Amino acid sequence: MARRPVAIGGRLGVGAALTVALCLLAPLAAILWRAGGGVAPGAADWAALRFTLLQSALSALVSVVLAVPVARALARRRFAGRRALIVLTGAPFILPVVVAVTGLLTVFGRQGVVNDLLGLAGLDPVRIYGLHGVVLAHVFFNMPLAVRMLLQGWQAIPAERFRLAAQLDLPPCQVFRLLEWPMLRAVVPGALAAIFAICLGSFAVALILGGGPRATTVELAIYQAFRFDFDLGRAAMLALVQFAIVATAALVALRVTVADGSGTGLDRAVMRRDAPGGAWRLLDAAVLSVAVVFLSGPLLAVGWRGVGGLDRMPDGLWQAAGNSLVVAVLSALLAAGLALTLAAARRRWVEVLGLMPLALSALVLGTGYFLIANPLIAPSRLALAMTTLVNVLMALPFCLRVIAPALDRVERDHGPLADQLGLRGLARLRWLLLPRMRPALGYGAGLAGALSMGDLGVITLFADPERATLPLFMYRLMGAYQMEAAAGVGLLLLCLSFGLFALFDLGGGRA
Amino acid sequence: MKHLICAAGCLAASQALAADPVLTVYTYDSFNTEWGPGPAIEQGFEASCGCDVEFVAAGDGAALLSRVRLEGPRSEADVVLGLDTALIGAAAETGLFADHGVSAEYDLPIAWDDSRFVPFDWGYFAFVGQAGADHPTSFEALAESDRSIVIQDPRSSTPGLGLLMWVKSAYGDRAGEIWEALADNVVTVTPGWSEAYGLFLEGEADLVLSYTTSPAYHLIAEEDDSKVALPFDEGHYMQVEVAGILESSDQKTLAQDFLTYLLGSDAQAVLPTTNWMYPAVLPEGGLPAGFETLIQPETPLLMSAEEAQAARDAALDEWRGALSQ
Repeated sequence: MARRPVAIGGRLGVGAALTVALCLLAPLAAILWRAGGGVAPGAADWAALRFTLLQSALSALVSVVLAVPVARALARRRFAGRRALIVLTGAPFILPVVVAVTGLLTVFGRQGVVNDLLGLAGLDPVRIYGLHGVVLAHVFFNMPLAVRMLLQGWQAIPAERFRLAAQLDLPPCQVFRLLEWPMLRAVVPGALAAIFAICLGSFAVALILGGGPRATTVELAIYQAFRFDFDLGRAAMLALVQFAIVATAALVALRVTVADGSGTGLDRAVMRRDAPGGAWRLLDAAVLSVAVVFLSGPLLAVGWRGVGGLDRMPDGLWQAAGNSLVVAVLSALLAAGLALTLAAARRRWVEVLGLMPLALSALVLGTGYFLIANPLIAPSRLALAMTTLVNVLMALPFCLRVIAPALDRVERDHGPLADQLGLRGLARLRWLLLPRMRPALGYGAGLAGALSMGDLGVITLFADPERATLPLFMYRLMGAYQMEAAAGVGLLLLCLSFGLFALFDLGGGRA
Repeated sequence: MKHLICAAGCLAASQALAADPVLTVYTYDSFNTEWGPGPAIEQGFEASCGCDVEFVAAGDGAALLSRVRLEGPRSEADVVLGLDTALIGAAAETGLFADHGVSAEYDLPIAWDDSRFVPFDWGYFAFVGQAGADHPTSFEALAESDRSIVIQDPRSSTPGLGLLMWVKSAYGDRAGEIWEALADNVVTVTPGWSEAYGLFLEGEADLVLSYTTSPAYHLIAEEDDSKVALPFDEGHYMQVEVAGILESSDQKTLAQDFLTYLLGSDAQAVLPTTNWMYPAVLPEGGLPAGFETLIQPETPLLMSAEEAQAARDAALDEWRGALSQ
């Protein structure tokens, strides 16, 4: 990509990137310093690494392969409820793990719907536990994310091209080869790498559905090093290993991502009169129906179960919900703003840096900050601030993957004109970027807010009575045998996460 | 974010203005919930101490210890409540705990003479299942049966570690063999107790590793007698929950008074139906109705802190090896 004079925020973006780098390296350094150095990984650590890589690769592959037909159907059909369906694709990704697993079990568990149906058909029950269970859960979480990434790719192909293809009466396979395949070549590697990186950090899902020590992940090894062994050196070493893999994945993804060569369109809503009808229409309908059932089944299960617990809502619930909301809204705004600033620098290395938080577990970040804060101020006083900071960092890669390509496209298509008009700085932001990037910004902020709402990581390190968040609240209830109340809190958590996501996402406008 | 820091500052200021000294007690998550023992114990002690008790929940027992280690001598905590016998060795090694100087006539199945940690309640680990079924009565019978079990990971949870120690102390060198035989009964391994018990209640497994007192919760709080704990011939491993005073505390006398209150009849009477464990000192009124229905293991098993420390790594390797096949 030829570097042009950067119109807005070049220096600001570089500064932000360096700040992010500092926020990531400082905790690692603090842990290593406190530990007095790292230790070499043992045999069990290597086994954990192998399993982690395997399940992440499988999860990424299956998620993206399944997402292609769904995104394609969404891109070329217009129907009532399409908008709602697109918003629904944001839901699984943002569910707190323990809520989502309950939902998945209601559908796929031993007493679940699927096994009931198999039983009626006289077939043996299937077990959800094992590598396939882990992949199934990760696909449930991440396939919708892949759909959204691909859908943005499809939307970015100028409408004029599809109209031309329709006028030339090109068969679907030629449309695919000439228009859709180049887009997929550009978007798929990024989606694969993002989901791969997300699954690397999987801990609770891999453990609950993995079926045993076979399903050990690096994240579990980090957890053990911190919690049971208090072996900071080993934890820091494992964090570095994880960092290295994700950095490699991110670099590979950026390298294989080819510049999107669709060219400029006239920025009009895409009307797909070219979409083939007949059997193709039925096929798309079938694909979408399966996707809706797969995504909404577990969500409905969570809702159905949670309703029973709603009349048992305990004290302190609304305070926890309020804490969660404040943290989530702050995280959403800060993460989207930071991602926009980084994207505006329009430099590859800045973007790579922005993806790096994915490589560090929240536990590592939290522990590092704890060590840094402890000599200065009682860390519990910073509980919510720390949680917000870690959540912003954790959400940044997702925001960036959504926002950076959108900004790139706007700059490529309209940048030269804006340059001629002398639109710079805030004016460029106001008149050029924000109007065209609203969907991406809204989706990015929605993801960040909802992710932060469901996060249960850092808060446990810092929490004190006034500063519990909803997921923590839910865990405490389960620990006190209050399973029904916990299910009710789970439903509330689902509604708040999804509500916040939908608010930002719909606020962003069409996608 | 600024207003959060301001709010934190205001809170600190208001605490400084209050006349009463503050006793900060770090504990695990479920202790200080509406249904946990926290509120009653806080109220009871505050009635006489002229102080302000502040509970700080910090994850589970293991997370609690990590937090104290992270904070080191700068910790704001005066008392740490909720470590267990598996963690005492590591906790003592930190050198952060002071001698408690509290004595009591414990009603524990074992002798207790630790100068730094006071036991406040205890229980036996046990597999819990549905009443009415013909359940196995030993690990060997369980391994031969087709009962499915869900257990916790010893690398992330204290009950998981307890089970590891249970098998180890019952079978010694044969522990690896027992785990290999159990492997096909294990449906899955969860990160913590909550997830495992949740899976069991969902019907994902016939049995779950929990406590002999778990059925008492269902019986007393939910009037549901459908859950039973399985008595095992080998005996049952114990979990003793302890509290300790931090060396860095500036409220040591108050902390001692708190531990004395914790072992008194009022506080001990609260524990069975809030924490669902046995009291360390039998309260005047005895155990609540319903506890007499629980199984009474004849052979209590418990390794000393040193034994448990020494056995852990090898036992973990055996466990991992057997279940990775």
